[in-house]
Amino acid sequence: MAFITLPEGLPGIRGPMAFRPETAKHLNELAEVLLRSDNSLTRGERELIATYVSSLNDCFFCQNAHGGLAQHYLQCDMAYIDQVKADFYSTNLSPKLKALLAIAGSVQAGGKHVTGEQIETARNLGATDLEIHDTVLIAAAFCMFNRYVDGLGTWAPQDRNIYVERAKWRADEGYVNFDLYR
Amino acid sequence: MAYIGVPEGVPGIRSLVMFRPESGQHLYALAQALLRGDSPLTPAERELIATHVSARNNCMFCRDSHAAVARELFDDSRAVVDCVINNVPSPALSPKLKALLKIAGKVQVSGKEVKQEDIDEARRWGATDRDLHDTVLIAATFSMFNRYVDGLGSLTPTDPEAYAEMGIRLAIKGYVLPQPIKN
Repeated sequence: MAFITLPEGLPGIRGPMAFRPETAKHLNELAEVLLRSDNSLTRGERELIATYVSSLNDCFFCQNAHGGLAQHYLQCDMAYIDQVKADFYSTNLSPKLKALLAIAGSVQAGGKHVTGEQIETARNLGATDLEIHDTVLIAAAFCMFNRYVDGLGTWAPQDRNIYVERAKWRADEGYVNFDLYR
Repeated sequence: MAYIGVPEGVPGIRSLVMFRPESGQHLYALAQALLRGDSPLTPAERELIATHVSARNNCMFCRDSHAAVARELFDDSRAVVDCVINNVPSPALSPKLKALLKIAGKVQVSGKEVKQEDIDEARRWGATDRDLHDTVLIAATFSMFNRYVDGLGSLTPTDPEAYAEMGIRLAIKGYVLPQPIKN
């Protein structure tokens, strides 16, 4: 049961978004720019950053909704996503993406946790200013989304496979102009 | 020095949204809707929640700029702003707003920190669903802004006068996306 009366049957962030469309509009537009618009980081890489931060924040809905999308884009299995969450250094992700995930992890702990050394490492591995910027803002944005979802006590389906099954659909519809109730 | 090539001499989040207006436009629109749009909470009360969360996140730029706006908006009862920053009681703070600030403080730590008893306490003093929703989303949003501003090492002015000017501008104009600097 959510802490406030939300439209029934909508999982995770969809309830608060239906409750308050005036703010949902901007939240969705932000997600669209950060996670789907043209970028030298792939959609899969950006969804992985979102998934990792949501996992650090222990937000069940966000880490599975975005984990499902990352799995869809990267064409991997759930075990791989779980390995990224548990210890991304042990995966075969590129050194550049590992350096960006390290920055995202620091952002989750607090903006001041990011160090000049982390930035230098990412840059030496080929990360551009825009990629560093987008990594920090994706990580920061998920510190918002995660708190919005859990701070209102929203409901989420517990079967993780549901998120994977829906990911293809979600990837096609994007974050703006979608039907909240579908 | 910011970690990335943002416009020189421009402080805080302004420098970041000038670097990346594609995302910046939505951040400013969100701030305007949340802090100035329709809400049962006054703009002053909402700026106070933003200040409280930014202070707890130790983000000096956001804390001091939103404190400056809150002082402008609270006008004669502006002393409440420093009471909230310094965590001391204030007669100007209603029990309802106190309960909402407590919820915002919990959201700053983690969404999962908010418990039913926190919600019940706020409701006991008259908080509605909209009060609760807006409080949680403002607190969550500043958990983003604070990380964005500090995570990229943006310029944080140390002169109090710089913040006082920002406070007056933001109180009058609200959140308007800064335009790129023309050479």
